[in-house]
Amino acid sequence: MMGKLFNFLGGIHIPQHKDVSTSSKVVSAKIPQRLILPLSQHIGSPSKPLVEIGQRVLKGEKIANADGYVSAPLHAPTSGQIEDIGDYPLPHPSGMLGQCIVIKPDNKDEWTSLTPHAGDYKTLNPSELRNIIRSSGIVGLGGAGFPTAIKHNPGPEREIETLILNGSECEPYITCDDMLMRERAKEIVCGLLIIKHAVQAKKCVIAIEDNKPIAIQSMQAAVKEFADSNIQVTVIPTIYPAGSEKQLIFTITGKEVPKNGLPFQVGVVCQNVGTTAAVYRAINHGEPLISRYVTVTGDVKNPKNLDVLFGTSAHELIEQCGGATGNGENNGDIRRIIIGGPMMGFAMQQVAIPIIKTSNCILVDANQSKDLQKRKFTMPCIRCGSCADVCPVNLLPQQLYWFSKAQELDRIQEYNLFDCIECGCCDTVCPSHIPLVQYYRFAKSEIWKRERETQKSDVARERHEFRQFRVERDKSEKAEKLRQKKAALKEREIKKDKESSKALENEGSSETKPKQPKNAAILAAMERVKAKKKNQQVTPKNTDDLTDAQKKLVKEIDDRRANQRKNNMSDANQKNESNSE
Amino acid sequence: MSLYAPSSPHFHNDNSVTKVMLKVLYALIPGILVYFYLFGYGVLINILLAIVTALSCEAIMLKLRNRPLIPFLSDGSAIITAVLLALSIPSIAPWWTIVLGTAFAIIIAKHLYGGLGYNPFNPAMVGYAMLLISFPQIMTTWPANIGASFINFANSLNFSFGTIKPEQLIADAVSGATPLDYLKSQLGLGNALSEIMPNEIFGMIAGNNFEWISIAFLVGGIWLIKQKIIHWQIPVSVLGSLFAISLLFFLIDDTLYASPIFHVFSGASILCAFFIATDPVSASTTPRGKIIYGVSIGLLIFIIRTWGGYPDAVAFAVLLMNMCAPTIDYYTKPRTYGH
Repeated sequence: MMGKLFNFLGGIHIPQHKDVSTSSKVVSAKIPQRLILPLSQHIGSPSKPLVEIGQRVLKGEKIANADGYVSAPLHAPTSGQIEDIGDYPLPHPSGMLGQCIVIKPDNKDEWTSLTPHAGDYKTLNPSELRNIIRSSGIVGLGGAGFPTAIKHNPGPEREIETLILNGSECEPYITCDDMLMRERAKEIVCGLLIIKHAVQAKKCVIAIEDNKPIAIQSMQAAVKEFADSNIQVTVIPTIYPAGSEKQLIFTITGKEVPKNGLPFQVGVVCQNVGTTAAVYRAINHGEPLISRYVTVTGDVKNPKNLDVLFGTSAHELIEQCGGATGNGENNGDIRRIIIGGPMMGFAMQQVAIPIIKTSNCILVDANQSKDLQKRKFTMPCIRCGSCADVCPVNLLPQQLYWFSKAQELDRIQEYNLFDCIECGCCDTVCPSHIPLVQYYRFAKSEIWKRERETQKSDVARERHEFRQFRVERDKSEKAEKLRQKKAALKEREIKKDKESSKALENEGSSETKPKQPKNAAILAAMERVKAKKKNQQVTPKNTDDLTDAQKKLVKEIDDRRANQRKNNMSDANQKNESNSE
Repeated sequence: MSLYAPSSPHFHNDNSVTKVMLKVLYALIPGILVYFYLFGYGVLINILLAIVTALSCEAIMLKLRNRPLIPFLSDGSAIITAVLLALSIPSIAPWWTIVLGTAFAIIIAKHLYGGLGYNPFNPAMVGYAMLLISFPQIMTTWPANIGASFINFANSLNFSFGTIKPEQLIADAVSGATPLDYLKSQLGLGNALSEIMPNEIFGMIAGNNFEWISIAFLVGGIWLIKQKIIHWQIPVSVLGSLFAISLLFFLIDDTLYASPIFHVFSGASILCAFFIATDPVSASTTPRGKIIYGVSIGLLIFIIRTWGGYPDAVAFAVLLMNMCAPTIDYYTKPRTYGH
């Protein structure tokens, strides 16, 4: 059954701490007093609210629309009333606020009407399937939160050889995918068949790390039931970061996703098990994505997995798991709370932050575990190269560190900074305890900042150059017109001179006469120019067809400008005077 | 209240600079013991003097540079420099030799460049080169072919702190040239290798006494590779290239050029391959770079030994390649995933 596996470079073995949260069954978390739903729970533009404050919504009802292609809609996790739409703390390391829809649940948990497609997914074509997946608000539940429907649309010319189901869950402590595979294996395989149909994949590989024997068994049993010879369960060795998409693709296929590329370029689509189960619920039951499995673990009394409605506060979940352990007075003091695992998770500034689509784990640190310690004193880099040994992307982390510290932003890109997946392996093994990943993030954001600035200045420069060009062009056009006019005038004068001389000849009058028409012509021309100038000053061409209101506005602006100019002039005069004094 | 919210990763293994340096020290112990057994207390006195000097200089420099004392004094790097230098100089050298060399290594070669992690040259080898250039006679006068029983503790103290001059030692036949030195001078006199080699100074393969010390360092070095403190590339390429080039010349003319075994096991070849060239701060760090770096050191050792003015060449070979390390690294970047 098992194909040949490939070992990716680097990687580390770390204490797993997975057993602590897998001993009890997954239960649904209580419906909380309040659900706070951030509009941005995915990669892409935030969704747009469809509801108003005070409105009653039903469970599964769409409350916010996708805004653009790379976006996802949002659904009410339970029935209740919209209490507020405003800024609340997001699950973001900076502790920043963002727009959220707040629902006050009525505890009736009343579903909206759903349209299931049980058993007939094959009658739907891939595009229809994608539409359902998209309107169900499904995004990658493994952590990145990329809208799933986009992943299922590699384009008509691409052929998908392998659909990889990512059940490796390589980060320590996290067990939500493990529990999902143990308890809902059939749903996952069903979802896998749907996605296989949606992307027209030839075969499917379910990749699970060998530290999850029960999940492997349960998945194998489920696969047997469906009797599809194109699906196989592949056990991969436990090594971090085996579950990282690019590393997993290499492990299974031996192919590398090209730089800046996407998996479908090597004929692969990679899907997380949680996402796959969500796809099954969306197609077969018509249920949108409103909840997920969340591991609550670390220094808590009863670490376990909960089925959590989005918008539930992490604080409530910790309480439901018995609170933090420790020697402090109130069940120990929480020192740090990490959303995600210890390797790539984000430490939050406060406990009261909502669970969103990408939150797979709440890791509580109450200073009890020796594997979650504060960072020690940072020593200088001794270039030992341990970091390079463990880098799964084969970078030179010590060089990247050196250049980000020196802010040599061009040099650091020669060393492929942007291929860094921020897995944290280098940081973990560094004998000098240097916060390497933090340095890389800093360098990346500096480069982005710089690029934005150059873009801005490019636009400004172009604008300036165009203005100069326009001024030059106007000048030369004017000069040309003037020249033409002068020529015309001369011609006319010559004509007139000839005529008048003819007349003179006829009349035989005095010598002063020929000068008069010339003077008159000059005066007339001057008059014309004056009039033209006046016209131009008063009514520039592009304000000809303005409405009265616009004209009024323009006049106001002009007046203000004139005033300002006057003020400036008088200021300057005053200054000159004071200087001369 | 804001929680402790550092950047990921939140897990760290229990590795530290001190642990790395301590393991290097452990790996040196077998060599030191054999050295002590064969040459007496002199080496221990030198090591002690070197460590005291190194830590004092380190403390003074840290103070001057406003750096915290505890973490940097306890990192063990100054001790490694001290021990390596003490192992490189003759065990009967007067006390001020090692003190001067160590002070030069720590103050000039290490701290003036920015301290731990910033020195472009191997500090121990800078100290050694300074001593060799300044005091060639002391630096080439090694204890003669005698056992520890002769050089007891009192005698050793006398060599270190007494007033005995190297000339007297040579006259008393207490000391003499090293095998490499002897070979060089004899070849210089026009003697054929077959006439020189039977001298008892050469021992079984590469010089009496010295070969055993080398073997002990080899054992320690292999343990270091197994402990993943050093990578295999540098030791293998240093010794491999030294062996290959000396074999080539040995095959061309075995009356003029010593055997590859002799080159590998004599002098400081093994110590260099496992402990000196592998100093991570001043060496190349990319996998391919390490091989280029190591091969070049091996070649330079042979070239300087054979045609240069100094009997052993490890210090100069390493220092020359230290200069090239950043350039080598730049041109040997490994292929990144997906490129």
